[in-house]
Formats: sequence, C-alpha cells, structure tokens
Amino acid sequence: MQKTTNIFIAGVGGQGILKFSDILSEVALLEGLDIKKSEVHGMSQRGGSVTSHVRFGDVVYSPLIEKGKADILVALEQIEAVRHISYLNPQKGVLIYDPLKIPPPDVNTGLRKYPENIDEILKNASNNVIRVEAFKKATELGNYRAQNTIILGIISHFLTFDDKTYEKAIEKVLPKKTIDFNIKAFYSGKELK
Amino acid sequence: MNKAFLSGDEAIARGAYEAGVKVAAAYPGTPSTEILETVSQYEEIYSEWSVNEKVALEVALGASMAGVRALYASKHVGVNVAADPLFSAAYIGSRGGLVIVTADDPGLHSSQNEQDNRNYGKSARIPVLSPSDSQEAKDFTILAFDISEMFDVPVIIRITTRIAHSKTVVSLGDRKEVEDKGYIKDVSKNLILPQFAKKRHYSLEERINKLAQFAETTPINTEIEGKDKTIGFISDGVAFQYVREAFPEAGVLKLGMSYPLPEQKIRNFVSKYKKVYIVEENDPFLEHLIKSMGLEVIGKEVIPTVDELSPDIIKQSITGYKTNLLKMDIDIPSRPPALCPGCGHRTVFYVLSRMKTIITGDIGCYTLGALPPLNAMDTCVDMGASITIAHGIDKALQKKDKRKIVGVIGDSTFFHSGITGLIDIVYNKGISTIVILDNSITAMTGHQTHPGVGEDIKGAPAPIIDIKALVHAAGVKHVWDVDAYDYKKVKDALKQATSIDEPSVVIARRPCALYIKLNNGAYVVEKDKCIGCKICVDIGCPAISFDTDTKKAYINEFLCVGCDLCAQVCPVEAIHAKNN
Repeated sequence: MQKTTNIFIAGVGGQGILKFSDILSEVALLEGLDIKKSEVHGMSQRGGSVTSHVRFGDVVYSPLIEKGKADILVALEQIEAVRHISYLNPQKGVLIYDPLKIPPPDVNTGLRKYPENIDEILKNASNNVIRVEAFKKATELGNYRAQNTIILGIISHFLTFDDKTYEKAIEKVLPKKTIDFNIKAFYSGKELK
Repeated sequence: MNKAFLSGDEAIARGAYEAGVKVAAAYPGTPSTEILETVSQYEEIYSEWSVNEKVALEVALGASMAGVRALYASKHVGVNVAADPLFSAAYIGSRGGLVIVTADDPGLHSSQNEQDNRNYGKSARIPVLSPSDSQEAKDFTILAFDISEMFDVPVIIRITTRIAHSKTVVSLGDRKEVEDKGYIKDVSKNLILPQFAKKRHYSLEERINKLAQFAETTPINTEIEGKDKTIGFISDGVAFQYVREAFPEAGVLKLGMSYPLPEQKIRNFVSKYKKVYIVEENDPFLEHLIKSMGLEVIGKEVIPTVDELSPDIIKQSITGYKTNLLKMDIDIPSRPPALCPGCGHRTVFYVLSRMKTIITGDIGCYTLGALPPLNAMDTCVDMGASITIAHGIDKALQKKDKRKIVGVIGDSTFFHSGITGLIDIVYNKGISTIVILDNSITAMTGHQTHPGVGEDIKGAPAPIIDIKALVHAAGVKHVWDVDAYDYKKVKDALKQATSIDEPSVVIARRPCALYIKLNNGAYVVEKDKCIGCKICVDIGCPAISFDTDTKKAYINEFLCVGCDLCAQVCPVEAIHAKNN
C-alpha cells in the first residue's frame, strides 16, 4: 500500500492558494489515487492567512494533515512559512518557500516592523530546504500570478508523477487563455531546482 | 463509473440533483454557500437565494406540501433564523421529501459561534444524518429524501466546515425523476392549530420511535471490527475520519445517523470493548444520549469541546501522544483578513472612527471595520442586530450619554433582517442613525445576488427592490444617499444625520471592488510632499504601508485599485494617480 503523501500549502489570501491545491489534486486524481484536500473559504480573498491541506495515496482518511507530518510544506510568503512550520515533518519534510514579503496590517500601519532575518532562519529550518524566488521569477516571465505554477515545477521533483500529468492538470483547472503561460512557468520552475 | 472530485457542498448539490429535487432555497452563509450555488446550475431544479433563512425554509416546506422534493441549506446560525418553521415542519412532516442541510463551523473559521446543530434534531424530533466525506454527503442526501418520504419527516443533514470545504472523490449517478404528488388540502397535517397540532405531536413521537428502529438496521450505522478489544470508538461526521487516521486498527462504531440513535447496536458495541471513547466535535451530543442509556463510555472528559478536532488532538487527548515539532523562535505578526483595497465601506468607517459615536455593527465583510486601525465598531451580534441593538442602547441611555448611536449594516443583511428593526425604530420613536453600506452584492460569502441587485441566482434579470424607497416607506424622513468613494459627502451626511433627534438613514453606495474587479490604476505617494502624518495609513488599506525608516507612506501598486480615498484624506495632496 502506498503511503499517504501530505502537502501543506500556506500563503496570503489573494495569492491563488486554492487554485494551486486544485491543480495538485488534479495531478493525483489523474494518477488514479485517493485524495482529500481541505481548506477554509470566506476569508481567503481578504488578505488573511490561508492554508490548504492536500493528501493523496491508496486510501486517505483525514482531510487534515497532522502537525509534524507534512512531507512538503509550501509557503508563498516568509511569515507564513514560520507560522506553519510545525506542520513539516522534522526529519524528512521538504520546505519550499518564497522569500516574498507581504506586510501584515500591523506592519502596514507602522505599529511594528516586518521581522528581520526570517529568510536566514528559514534557510536552515530543516535538512531539506528549497528557497525559491518564484514571485520574482513569475513577474520576470510576465505575470506574478504564475508564482504557484513555478513552485509546482519544484514540487514535481519530489513526486513520482509524469510531467505530462502536470500539464493535463493545468489544462483542466486553469482558464484557457492562461494555460500555455502556466505550463511554461511550470517548466521554468522545474529548472530552478 | 463517472467520478468527480467534489467538495461536501458540491456533493450535496449533486445528491439533490440525483434525488430528483425540484425546489431548493437558501440564504448564503459560509460554509454552506456553495450548495445552492451548485444546485442553481442544474436546470431541472428551481433555485433561489431567499431573503433570509426563515423564508428559505418556508419556501422549501411549501414545495414539499405541494408534493415535490425540496432542499433547504444554510450555515448553522442560519438555522436559528429558520427555527420557527423548523419546529412546525417536524409536526407537519413532508409530502414531497424535505431535506434541511446545516453547515456547522467548529473552529469558528467564519462564524460567530460553534453551535452544534445536531441539537436541533433532538429538540425538534427530526432525524440527523452526518456524512464523513463528499461521497457520503452525496449518498446521504439521496437517502435523506427517501427517509423523509418513508417516515413523513423532514431530515437534517449536518455537515461541518471540514466536510463542506474538503474535496474528496465521488462516484456520480444519474438523476432519478420522482413523480410530483401534487397539492392536496390536508388541514389535519398542514395547519397547526392546537387541536390538530397535538395529534401531530403524538404522531411525531411515533415517527421518531420508528426512526430509532430504522437506525438499528440502516447500513449507514456501521461497525468496523477492531484488531483487539481494548479500545473502541463511537463517532460521527468528520471526527470518524480523524479516529480512523489516529487509530487505524481500532474498532469503530460509525454513526451515519446522529439522531435518533440505534440503542441495541450501541449496547452491543460497547459490551465488546474494554474502553469506549465517544469522539465528536463540539457538544457531547452522542455522549449524553449514550450515557443516558446507562453505558460507561468516555467522551468530553478527555476530548475537547471547544474548537475543531484533528487526528493529532484526538491522539493527544487519549494517549498523551506527543511528537517533536519544528519550532522557530521568531515573534511573527498575525495576519487577520482586512477590508479589501478599494472597498467602499472604508470611507464610512474612517469617518465614524473620527466621530464620538457608539457604533453597532452587523454580519458581513464590514465587520472587519472593527479591526485596527479603523476600530470603528462596538458590537456585532447577529444578522440585523446593528439596528435593533442601536435602538436598545438608545432607549436605555435616553440621551443621558452625549454620544450618538450609529448602526452599520450591509445591503444584503438589511434585506435579510434589517428592515424589521428599522420599522421598529420608527414606530417606537427611536433616534438612531442607520448607515446602509450598499455594495450591491452579498460580498463576504463570495458574491451572491440579493433583492437589490437586479439578478436572480441563475443570473437572469430580476426586479430591483429599491433600498431608498424601502427606507422612506418605513417612515424614515431623513435619508442621505451618497457615493461611498466621496469622503466629503460621506462625512457631511454622517455629521448631519447624527445631529437630528429623529431616525435617520445614510445609504453609502459603491459596488464591491472585488466583485467588479475594480482597477482604476494604482496611486503613488510623492515622497517629497509626504509629511509622514500617517493619516492615509489610518484608513486601513492593505495597499498603503508606512515605512518606519524613511517616515513616509508608500503604496503597493500590485494591490492598489485606485479608489482615491487616501488621496482625499491626505492633508498635503501628496497622493495621486500614478499616470497623472
């Protein structure tokens, strides 16, 4: 029986986290796996902290990932990586994070500073850390919204699925006119690692 | 077989479709909203966003009386609004199958409380089904319609956020058309005068007893044999999945039906295991019923009542299990949601935050006006309460407190249950000021239409109920109708409205910026002109930040949509459109 794979995605409302986990789920579905994904809607577009739990394998029970059990923790923003680090498997987990800084309200209003040195600390958070400037790369490619698909390219190194499956999943989930761009972003993400 | 990857909400909608439902009604509320959004995509089903949950349930009950299968859906607190018809519906029963979906929110992800609506089943004597994933959400919905017609009762389906908003794989079936039974007059059932109602109460007790027998045999109450007999679990809903995850080898009695309970089945299960834990989210609902059977089980002695459960919480509670987790020694700021850039509500809250007023708030995006830096809200209770709480405060203070009382309510909430409160103020000679924040959509739940929009749930044109005319018709003499992006007009209107000793209403209008995808182009702060006064920062726009090093404000052009409010409040005209 195949062990369940746990992927935890964290970021800020508006970064497209729910679409991201939809694509990832579609990949596992196309591979014929059982899959559960869980997230909370409502606040997701209003700048709050947003997470998505994605779990796939032969049989999946809980839709939530236990703390310390995420095989991959993806964070699309620095503070959000710190906030959810307890989900990462301390021995074998892979942390993939974008050093992007999105200031929370208290930082915006000048009540406090964006914490310094997070980037340095995250680099050594566990044995397997990948720091990727996906937002920057996506902006260079032409649209910052492809931050997710760039990271998907990196995730693909840690999963056993065929690249074609990712392409199919992107085609199925994303709007037609953005597909080619996102597939390009996926492959450029893949090369980043 | 055709498979799909559906959320619990989508699966319930699919179940309703396959079960031949003809009428569906709901008021939006997280985490239930996607049920009717999905149902409305099926041409075969008449769907509506009702004005509120009471209306929705009555529409569904009327459809059931007329002999078709009908669905009601809302979030848990919505059932409170619909509780009046709910209790009557239990007596009346169903002609066409009637299913009531309640989406509870353990963990209060997007709600004001953690009420457990299985309790409604017990107090109204209505069976409750609790699916544990999307496949069951679909299957139980179909079963619920059969039960409803078999036993002449409405049936509650209780889901929680982790069912509603988790996606799992679902096998799809075809729609089964159910023949319309037509309407017949039957006052002994449908007209609950006391003399008829008492008979229906006897009948209801009989019906619920028969359902308890049904619970003994239905396959949705199912036992998973444990490897050994030291520890067993009784669970329902998503908690069942957590138990399986945490104790994959243990015996579990899974209750697909949370009410009424299969007593014999439970006695039999409990007798086989040394120790039996009841694992359920929030209330000790199953636990109390099972303990009242005289059985020795363990429940909330160890399992938390507050907040949602998870496999790790269950393991910790029962075995003391602990694992080393990664920790980082950094104090990070929280990230609460905020009013979006370009949100028209911001102007009103900014003005109110600078006036000495008591501000009673309501349920919607605009409740976020309570957060810093705006801090422009004193109370939030339930849908419509901004108006009535304001009135109560007014009557208690009798002008002994100099502060004026301002109630702030959204357009959809005003239709939902604000209008009745406003009529109450006029009738009872109150003097509060009510601000109606009209963004022409039900925004918080993801942009659903309502009577002020001009479109129905399927996007077809619909009559527009004019809020201003409604306010006038309610007898309010002092009404201001202003553009919410016009800082000066909003300020003047609020100043004048709060200076009158009669009921007054300010309608501040601007379509939801998120909904219309507003983008007027970003604004910039001219560094040389900026005096670092932070006034623009105080409007609480996520696009504006204050640089504590340079002591100047700056605008994030990825976020700014160009609403112009910051430019209007800037005392030195340092902010303008980037392209100017």
